[in-house]
Amino acid sequence: MSAGDVIRFVGGALGANRKRTALSLLGMSIGIAAVVALTGLGQGGREFVQSQFDFIGTNVVGVLPGKVETSGGIPGIGGAPHDLTVEDALAVARGLPAAERVAPVFLGNETVAHGERSRQVLVFGSTAEVQPIRKLELRSGQFLPVSEWDRGSPVAVIGSKLASELFPGENPLGTKVRIGGWQMRVIGVLREQGTHFGIDLDETAFVPVATALRIFDRALLFRIVFQVRPGFDGAAAARRCGEILRERHGEEDFTITTPDAILSSLDSILRLLTLALVGIASISLAVAGIGIMNVMLVSVAERTPEIGLMKALGAARRQVLALFLAEAAALSALGGGLGILFGYGLLAVGSLLQSTVALHPPLWAVGAAFSLSVVVGITFGLLPAARAVRLDPVVALSGRER
Amino acid sequence: MIRLSDVWRTYFVGGVELNALAGIDEHIRAGEHVAIMGPSGSGKSTLLNIIGCLDRPTRGSYLLDGREVSGLGEEELSRARREKIGYVFQSYHLVGRLTARQNVELPLVFAGVPRAERRARVQEALDTVGMANRADHRPSELSGGQAQRIAIARATILRPRVLLADEPTGNLDSASGDQVLEYLGRLNAEGLTLIVVTHDPAVARRAERVLLLEDGRIARRMAGKDLTTVVEALGEARERP
Repeated sequence: MSAGDVIRFVGGALGANRKRTALSLLGMSIGIAAVVALTGLGQGGREFVQSQFDFIGTNVVGVLPGKVETSGGIPGIGGAPHDLTVEDALAVARGLPAAERVAPVFLGNETVAHGERSRQVLVFGSTAEVQPIRKLELRSGQFLPVSEWDRGSPVAVIGSKLASELFPGENPLGTKVRIGGWQMRVIGVLREQGTHFGIDLDETAFVPVATALRIFDRALLFRIVFQVRPGFDGAAAARRCGEILRERHGEEDFTITTPDAILSSLDSILRLLTLALVGIASISLAVAGIGIMNVMLVSVAERTPEIGLMKALGAARRQVLALFLAEAAALSALGGGLGILFGYGLLAVGSLLQSTVALHPPLWAVGAAFSLSVVVGITFGLLPAARAVRLDPVVALSGRER
Repeated sequence: MIRLSDVWRTYFVGGVELNALAGIDEHIRAGEHVAIMGPSGSGKSTLLNIIGCLDRPTRGSYLLDGREVSGLGEEELSRARREKIGYVFQSYHLVGRLTARQNVELPLVFAGVPRAERRARVQEALDTVGMANRADHRPSELSGGQAQRIAIARATILRPRVLLADEPTGNLDSASGDQVLEYLGRLNAEGLTLIVVTHDPAVARRAERVLLLEDGRIARRMAGKDLTTVVEALGEARERP
C-alpha cells in the first residue's frame, strides 16, 4: 500500500459522500472560526485599551482641580476653592526639576469657521510642551510656538478631519480661521490620530493657552499635566508637585493622578482582559472540540462494514488504521484550515464596519485551534476505527454488533 | 489443506459461556468442494470465520496448508488471509463508491502489488468472470448476479488456495445463481478449494461432501449426491427432543 494508494483512498472516501464531507467540514470549521473570531475580538479590545494608555504615556502626571476624596462638605461651599491657573502651571515648571515638560490644559467647545464653512469643535488650549506629552504628530506646518505661556498669539494647529472639512482641496497653512469671534492663523495640521481618551484629535483645534482663555473669557485651567524626567521617580515628583501647589493654595484643593496609579489600574485592566480572552478561547475551543468529536464518531461509525470488508480482503489492522488516520487527518486539517479562513473573514468584515479596534486573533489561539482540530479529529476518527478493526469482520460487515 | 482438530470457539455473553463450536474435527483436502449446512445458530458462520482466519479458535488446532493458525498474531493472520483465503458474501459487499475495476483491485492494494502490475491482473480477473464490459460501472449500476461475479473476481485476484462463500446465491434469482455457481465450479475444477455455506439443498448438492452442523458439532457428513438423505436427517435431528 503506497502513499499514492492512501491519497487515492482518502480522496475517494471524502469525495464519494460530498454532503457528509461538507457537513463534517462545516461542523469543524464553525468551531474553529468561532475561536479565531472571538479571540480576535478579545485581542483587539485588549490592544485598544493598551494603546490608549500607551498614548497618554505612563510617565505623565496629571493635576486636576478639586479634591476627589470625600472629606469635608460639598465642594464650592465653605471657603472659595483655589482652582488651577496658568501661574500654578508655571510654578510647577519652575519648582519641579523632576518634571521634564509641563503643559497647562484648557478645553472648551467653540465654532471654528472659514468662509462659509464652520464646525463646532473642541478647542484645546495649551503650550508647545503638550505636543511630546500627548504624542501629537504634525502632517504639515509647525506646532504651537515655544514659551508662549501668557502671550496669546492668534495662531491655531488643527486636526486632520477639521482641516479637510474647512479647507476641502486647499492648503490651510497660513490661512485665517475664526474661532469664536477671533481671527487665528493656521500654522500647522495634525496627522490623523483618532480618538484618545474621549478626545477626537482629528476634530480638535489647538491654540496657545492664553489665547484659549481669552476666547472663552476664563482664568482657570482644566488640568495641568507634566511628564516625569527619565530616571526620576514619578511618585516622588507627584508628592513634590503637591507640596508646591499646597503652598500656593494654602490647602489641598486639587487631585494628582500619578503614573503608579495609572500603571496599577492598567495592569489590573489588562490582566482582566487577558483572562477574559483566555476564557473565551477555552470555551470556544471546547465547543469546537466536541463538535469535531461528534462529526468524526458518526462518520467512522457509519463505515464499520467497510472496515470489516477490508479485513476480509486481507488488509492488516495497521493498513486499515493508516487509511482512517490519513482520512481523519485530511478532514480535520481541511476543516481547521477552512475554519481559520472563515474566522479571519469574519474579522475582516468586522474591520470594514469599524476602524476603532484592530481585529486580529493572537497567533497562539489560531495555532491552538488548528492543533485542536487535528488532534481531536484524529483521536476521534481513529478511536472508532480502532474499535471497528477489532470487531469480527463478519459482524462488522453485517453492521450489527454483537 | 485444512485440518481442524477438536476446535472450540467459546463466547462469553453476560458472564455465560456459549460454545459456538464444540469440538470440530474435520479434514478438507486441497481442491475439494465442500458445503456446510445447518440451522441458524449451529455455528456455520463461526466455522467459516475460523477457516477464513478472521477469528481464532478458543481451543484446538487448525492447520492451514500445513501451518498452525491458532497461535498466529494479528499481522500473520492478515497475511494468511491475503495469501490463502478468498471471501464471497451473500450481499456481495462491494464498496459503493468504487467502480467494479477498483473493487477487484482492492486486495492487490493491501497486498502491496505495484500499480503497474495491478491493471493487467484486474483485467484478467474481470475477463475470467465475463465482466470486462462492465468494469467501469459502479455497484449500484450492476445486477445482483453481476455484482457477485465482481465479488468472485475480487476474492480470487490474489490466487488464494481456499475460497469461502457464505450463501453466495442467497440474494440471486435462480438464473444468475446458476451462473455464479458455474463460475465457482469452474474455479474449483482448476484446483481451488471451495467451501460453501448454504441453506439451499440445490447449492449443496453440487459439492462433493456436505457437512451438517448442529449445536457447534458436525452432526453428519454426506456426499453431495446423497443430499436428499441429509435433508431428511436434518428434519430428523430437529424432531429429536
